Amino acid sequence: MPGPILLALALMAGQDAPSKTWTVPRTPDGHPDLSGTYDTATLTPLERPAQFGDKLFLTAEEAAAIEKEELNLSEDLARPSDPEREAPPVGGDGSPGPYGNVGGYNFFWIDRGTEVFELDGRRRTSIIVDPQNGQLPPLTLEASKRAAVRRALYKENAGENTGEAWWVEIEGPGPYDDPEQRPLGERCLLGFGSTSGPPSLPVLYNNLKRIVQTRDYVVILVEMVHDARIIPLHREHAPKEIQKWMGDSVGHWEGDTLVVDTTNFGKTPALYSASENLHVVERFTRIAEDTILYQFTVEDPTVWTKPWSGEYPWVSTDAPLYEYACHEANYSFGGILRGARLLEAEAAERRK
Amino acid sequence: MVEGQANAYRAPRASDGHPDLNGIWQALNTANYDLETHMARAAMALREGPYGPLPAADVLPLGAVGAVPGGLSVVEGGAIPYRPEALAKKKENQENWLTRDPEIHCYLPGVPRATYLPYPFQIFQSENGILITYEYAGAVRDVYLNDPGPPPVESWMGQSVGRWEGETLVVEVTGLNDRTWFDRSGNFHSAQLRVVERYTRVAPDHLLYEATLEDPEVFTRPWTIRMPLYRRVEPGAQLFDFKCVEFVEELMYGQYRRRPIAR
Repeated sequence: MPGPILLALALMAGQDAPSKTWTVPRTPDGHPDLSGTYDTATLTPLERPAQFGDKLFLTAEEAAAIEKEELNLSEDLARPSDPEREAPPVGGDGSPGPYGNVGGYNFFWIDRGTEVFELDGRRRTSIIVDPQNGQLPPLTLEASKRAAVRRALYKENAGENTGEAWWVEIEGPGPYDDPEQRPLGERCLLGFGSTSGPPSLPVLYNNLKRIVQTRDYVVILVEMVHDARIIPLHREHAPKEIQKWMGDSVGHWEGDTLVVDTTNFGKTPALYSASENLHVVERFTRIAEDTILYQFTVEDPTVWTKPWSGEYPWVSTDAPLYEYACHEANYSFGGILRGARLLEAEAAERRK
Repeated sequence: MVEGQANAYRAPRASDGHPDLNGIWQALNTANYDLETHMARAAMALREGPYGPLPAADVLPLGAVGAVPGGLSVVEGGAIPYRPEALAKKKENQENWLTRDPEIHCYLPGVPRATYLPYPFQIFQSENGILITYEYAGAVRDVYLNDPGPPPVESWMGQSVGRWEGETLVVEVTGLNDRTWFDRSGNFHSAQLRVVERYTRVAPDHLLYEATLEDPEVFTRPWTIRMPLYRRVEPGAQLFDFKCVEFVEELMYGQYRRRPIAR
């Protein structure tokens, strides 16, 4: 074959190969095959950082800067500790990381991805696409009151870790009085950060999802905490009196997109701030051999003043899911409560 | 007999061309109380009474609800072939059931106990994967259809690798830890346990379940349990949430409340 024709064919193949040659794989019943194992980690946050304003897309430089920052941080935190270092001061030295307070995980355990995500060849500033500013819509009056109470009790004060039972000085319950007050992730009832969903959001680690699809069901196995979302495809919602931790999901196909509607949540869904009135619609579309486009709309009129929507890709991976046996080794949960009792006893002693 | 039906019946095929095991299944026996033959008794935890065993004080208020129904052994040949020292430990486990049985603490059940706990489980079978989800504790198993090699770590539910032998799904389970039990009677194993399960659809609404257990540290030879599993046929049958972690918080952490509730 003459040289120029070969070159022209090669160019055509190079340009058009992705859209023309790939067809969505299908199951024997003709629907797109969503099955596989997916990594949902991304450096793109749910809400858009303020500096990007209404901008949905990142420039190549902005994306590179975010990825570089994460790389630098991980390299920094992966450096061996100085064996000669002093013990941290009582209560921590205030810095982020294990020296700052009693400490959580070191960086070895963190796995939130290395890249911002890209759709249609453009990198994104946020998962939220609606509202346009990429922020959660304002809370209702009722919900903002609840949030203020929660912030006062759990975030601002508890985050300080003064090493003292500061809550004995305030009226009402303290943050560590009872196991039921603690977050679902701490109690090992669901993974933190709405990793189970719906909507399913990327979190600090264990972001794998395994999808198995039969004629009648799509099941999403969520790595943390080994939660299987069983989505029947030919069924009405469960009656109202049936409430489920991850809600009652029913799915149907709209063309090549799996649409999953979820209601019947309990009082505390995985999604932060949401109530039992939460309603989530998710759309799963396989857009490439290795990618599912995951889109969702969240509606809870008792919490947010209007619905909000987001999207990000689930990218297939060869990595296996590990068993996230959370409750079975949740030694620190009893420790958290016992520690609070100890601090209260010390406070009582001081007051004598 | 379920076994007798196996030859005559040909199961419908699933989308992967193999016998269709999709569905919600449940055991209907007393294996979770005791794999071996046992007579009905007053309670799981007993103490001596003037005329024979009585319910232990901790379980006394449950009355007949806390009693144990009798049942035949599901073990081929009747008895579990314990090594002598392991049998002593089994008995000790049984005497300390109330504090030692992992089911009481809502821990993941392991294999094969997950199968015959008194809760349904669901099999999802496709050409690209098989999942088994259990109502109890939200336990799950991803049955690999390609062997990934030895399990990288021990786990509560182990690593499952499945293959088809004719009409039977054979699942080899390795990498199990030593924390799970087989029943409420203290029957146990070590981390050497290896389980080979066989699932055969022998009738429209029955599976035959067989599991061969090998653990040279605890047993003198491999042994096999066998039982029918029944399809949950009622309309709308589904797995409910049974996140029992929530239900054991008072038991496990109640003493650490700021204001403990009287017990």
